[in-house]
Amino acid sequence: MAVISAAGLARTFQTKRGPVEAVRCVDLTVREGEILGLLGPNGAGKTTTLRMLTTLLKPTGGAATVAGHDLTTDAAGVRRSCGYVAQSGGVDPQISVREELVTQGRLYRLTRAQASERAEELARELGLTELLDRRCGSLSGGQRRRLDIAMALTHRPKVLFLDEPTTGLDPGSRADLWDLVRGLRDRHGTTVVLTTHYLDEADALADRLVIVDRGVVAAEGTPSALKLRYGGSIDASLQDAFLAITGRGPAPADTAPVAV
Amino acid sequence: MLLHDTALIYGRYLRQSLRSRLALLFGLLMPLLYLLFFGPLLTGLPLGGRGSSWQLLVPGLLLQLGLFGASFAGFSVIVEKGQGVLERMRVTPVSRLALLLGRVLRDATVFVLQAVLLVLAAVTMGLRAPLAGVLIGFGFVGLLTVSLGSLSCAVAMRVDTPQSFGPLVNALTLPSMLLSGLMLPMTLAPGWLDVLSHFMPLRYLVDALRDAYVGSYGTDHMLYGALVAVGFALLAVTVGTRVFRTAGA
Ligand SMILES: Nc1ncnc2c1ncn2[C@@H]1O[C@H](COP(=O)(O)OP(=O)(O)O)[C@@H](O)[C@H]1O
Ligand SMILES: [Mg+2]
Repeated sequence: MAVISAAGLARTFQTKRGPVEAVRCVDLTVREGEILGLLGPNGAGKTTTLRMLTTLLKPTGGAATVAGHDLTTDAAGVRRSCGYVAQSGGVDPQISVREELVTQGRLYRLTRAQASERAEELARELGLTELLDRRCGSLSGGQRRRLDIAMALTHRPKVLFLDEPTTGLDPGSRADLWDLVRGLRDRHGTTVVLTTHYLDEADALADRLVIVDRGVVAAEGTPSALKLRYGGSIDASLQDAFLAITGRGPAPADTAPVAV
Repeated sequence: MLLHDTALIYGRYLRQSLRSRLALLFGLLMPLLYLLFFGPLLTGLPLGGRGSSWQLLVPGLLLQLGLFGASFAGFSVIVEKGQGVLERMRVTPVSRLALLLGRVLRDATVFVLQAVLLVLAAVTMGLRAPLAGVLIGFGFVGLLTVSLGSLSCAVAMRVDTPQSFGPLVNALTLPSMLLSGLMLPMTLAPGWLDVLSHFMPLRYLVDALRDAYVGSYGTDHMLYGALVAVGFALLAVTVGTRVFRTAGA
């Protein structure tokens, strides 16, 4: 059963310097419980694709359904069934962790009591219990990411979208985050769509990869299938496959990603 | 749901304001300075209005407070866009109108608080005005804050940096202040300036408020002022909601 299916999804931005075709044509099928990696160089259209699939941005072409809800005709249904963590995160540094979690619960129409219970529950699950009364701005990078994810899980969504969840994290926190994502899928059957430009992350975490380049899907398959097909052998590195597909290397790890 | 969501967003932002009491007082600084150092200059001048010079100046200062406070309301939108807070809220089922209303109602609350302080200060300086008129005045400026706050937030959704937002707002607020007769009544103006000022919506609020402060409630000024204030608020909230709904361009 496909929990996400998109056909010909496109988005053109009108800017002062003329139209920018951020996403030209993305076809996507994601099975329930799958961890899908959207891989591509900076500016490929990954963020724009996620923002369309989460109703933040109206597509200028194509159609998609998320958890059975049509993107354009049933935005409310899509919002009920998906969670989204933007690359920048989304908490106010001045507010306490508890207050953000409770308010988020209330935004999902929980009662006050339900919302504070859910906040405690999420804090337990994501290892934030000790931090509940700290200001969000005082958390470390890894803790902030866990909080962002907790916020997105408030309503137990079927699909979780993560935009570059590990960019800027130290290696230890990255490994923790990978475990967390796998755990979500294993325990709750959550479907996870994440973007990354780290090849090792894509290789280690994703069941399947969709490589986006210049707004279109350039290739897709399991990491080993991509290596075999584009890199020449199963032992080829994903780097070789990526180079063969896009004709250039992935973004070097140290370039600062542009937040959108 | 709209009520629930608006109350929720309002509460969130009000707590935020209460945390920064200093900013609250800082907003009062400009009108207080005018009151202290400009007000006394007017007491002996023939300004042509009924009542004392304070009944003329204080309504203007209240509207000035609303004009400058609310026009810059969009700054917080730009900050929250940068933090990702706004997008995080926009993926929840929360009503888009509530995202705007909760915010501007908070601004209106803060404003009324500041306005009460300003009027109290003015009373110690010599202002005497009927209570009903003063309350009507708060109503007018509350409406103005909601209108300008909505427009400011709408504009802020469309610009990316505070650097491009600030000059834009300044370019709009300063002429509004000068052309509406906020400081001195337009009855002192030469004909062409008086005519020009009638194209400035704020002018009608200024005239209405000054009438309220001398206890004349059934005047043409009051009628036009009320019409302009309500019409402007409806228009501004409609525009604001539309922008909040389709934001993300
Ligand atoms: N709001 C916007 N207005 C104009 N251009 C945009 C906007 N958002 C993204 N773009 C452009 O669209 C392209 C794809 O951006 P994005 O989806 O953020 O890529 P990625 O996330 O893969 O790095 C880039 O060229 C970017 O500059
Ligand atoms: Mg991106």
